Amino acid sequence: MENQLYLSSSPHIHSGETTDKVMRLVIYALIPATALSIYFFGLPALSVLLICTLGCVAFEALACFVMGRPQTIADGSAALTGVLLALNMPPSSPWWLSLLGAAIAILIGKQVYGGLGYNPFNPALVARVVLLISFPVQMTSWTAPAPLGSGIDAVTTATPLGEMQMAVMLTGKLPEMATSGFANYFLGNMGGSLGEVSALALLLGGLFLLYKKIITWHTPFSFIATVVIVSGIFWLIDPTKYPNPLFHLITGGLILGAFFMATDMVSSPVTYKGMLIFGSGCGLLTVLIRLFGGYPEGVSFAILLMNAATPLIDRYTRPKIYGQVEQKA
Amino acid sequence: MSLIQDFSKGIWKENAVFKLLLGMCPVLAVTTSAENGLGMGLATTFVLVCSNIVVAMLRKLIPSKVRIPAFIIVIASFVTVVQLSMEAWVYDLYQALGIFIPLIVVNCLILGRAEAFASKNPVSRAVFDGFGMGLGFTLALFVLGAVRELFGSGAILGFNLFGAGYQPMLLMILPPGAFITLGLLLAAMNKYEAKRS
Repeated sequence: MENQLYLSSSPHIHSGETTDKVMRLVIYALIPATALSIYFFGLPALSVLLICTLGCVAFEALACFVMGRPQTIADGSAALTGVLLALNMPPSSPWWLSLLGAAIAILIGKQVYGGLGYNPFNPALVARVVLLISFPVQMTSWTAPAPLGSGIDAVTTATPLGEMQMAVMLTGKLPEMATSGFANYFLGNMGGSLGEVSALALLLGGLFLLYKKIITWHTPFSFIATVVIVSGIFWLIDPTKYPNPLFHLITGGLILGAFFMATDMVSSPVTYKGMLIFGSGCGLLTVLIRLFGGYPEGVSFAILLMNAATPLIDRYTRPKIYGQVEQKA
Repeated sequence: MSLIQDFSKGIWKENAVFKLLLGMCPVLAVTTSAENGLGMGLATTFVLVCSNIVVAMLRKLIPSKVRIPAFIIVIASFVTVVQLSMEAWVYDLYQALGIFIPLIVVNCLILGRAEAFASKNPVSRAVFDGFGMGLGFTLALFVLGAVRELFGSGAILGFNLFGAGYQPMLLMILPPGAFITLGLLLAAMNKYEAKRS
């Protein structure tokens, strides 16, 4: 096979970028965040991570086997979905919740559409939202970080966003925690799902992906910039009721979503212009859901909604064919 | 075609829900439990059989230009009968099904059978057709409702199957659960049909 001559039209140079390589790099980029979440949440986090990842790979293998398709577990996409799903789960999730999430992500979110490349929605987010709606109690039982070796098993707590929304609902005013203590949030010392904790670690991973050219700056930048601008407008209107943009930026799943979920190659637009529209839409929806919606965190819903709009965005941002003449109306 | 075939085609070969995907509105909306599905199916069957009979009897009197309004009036009369009876005798079910009882009027299965079958065939065949189609519809709603109730509240027809430790999956009794369940059921059926032929 190696010496066979291929006849094809140009281009003939391949970048060497294959699916499994891309997936592997994204998983590497998530290592700082996962490591830190295991440090902060201890063994429960590790077990969630293992169950989600192994579960996703197992269900992928099962689906390929049942449907009589070639095995695709080697391309790493199922493992990546598993890691992303784990980062979207609360650390105290029981084993069956993680396993069910893995099944939904792979079977309902991906394989029923025909596998990798055909899924209109990000599989990990589909699973997260299905679980969030189905099991609101388990999916929002947060534990405070109890670093390895501190001797505490778990302390329940609220996420900063949840606490903020509750306080605003009850008193109409921002609580103290939404205006100070940002350094802790930035490092990851707060309640939340595995991947919501450390903005710093996620940023490192995101920059690595940018450096490796796995993702471009368009989606994350427009996503985050829109969140800052829209939340900034609200903050300027009434700083006692709406938190400042920095709070929005480093709490919740914004960084994880902007760098790792919204940039999913399958379910986001292919053109740069489309990515900018996609990111802005995600940002706008995120802030609106966080400030006015029923759920404290809106990143996952925002990305899924924009996933649904992706075909439309692609259609309207199709680049002009070279040499095409503008039709006179 | 014999009367038996008129009856049996509605149950599997031309099943309104699983094969023709007709009447999706009640199918997706009211099948939150097996009981609701069954109730809705039976109410629809009653209306379907009665309207088939009347439409078949009047088929030579109704001018073809105004046939749709005429059919709708026939159907609406029977729906009113069903609605008032249900309010009188099965009040809980009546409340559970809510707006979807009056909406039986616009169920495209019923109008479809009036237009495609009852208006062209004698009363005897129309009765069998109505029963078969209605039964197939009821069966589909019951199956869908049972699956959703099983996962969404851990019970079938109100009997708890999994014990107290079971965590019900709320999504299954919400609208997305209906779409997912129906989609998976259809996939399984198509697979089965493809294998058989």
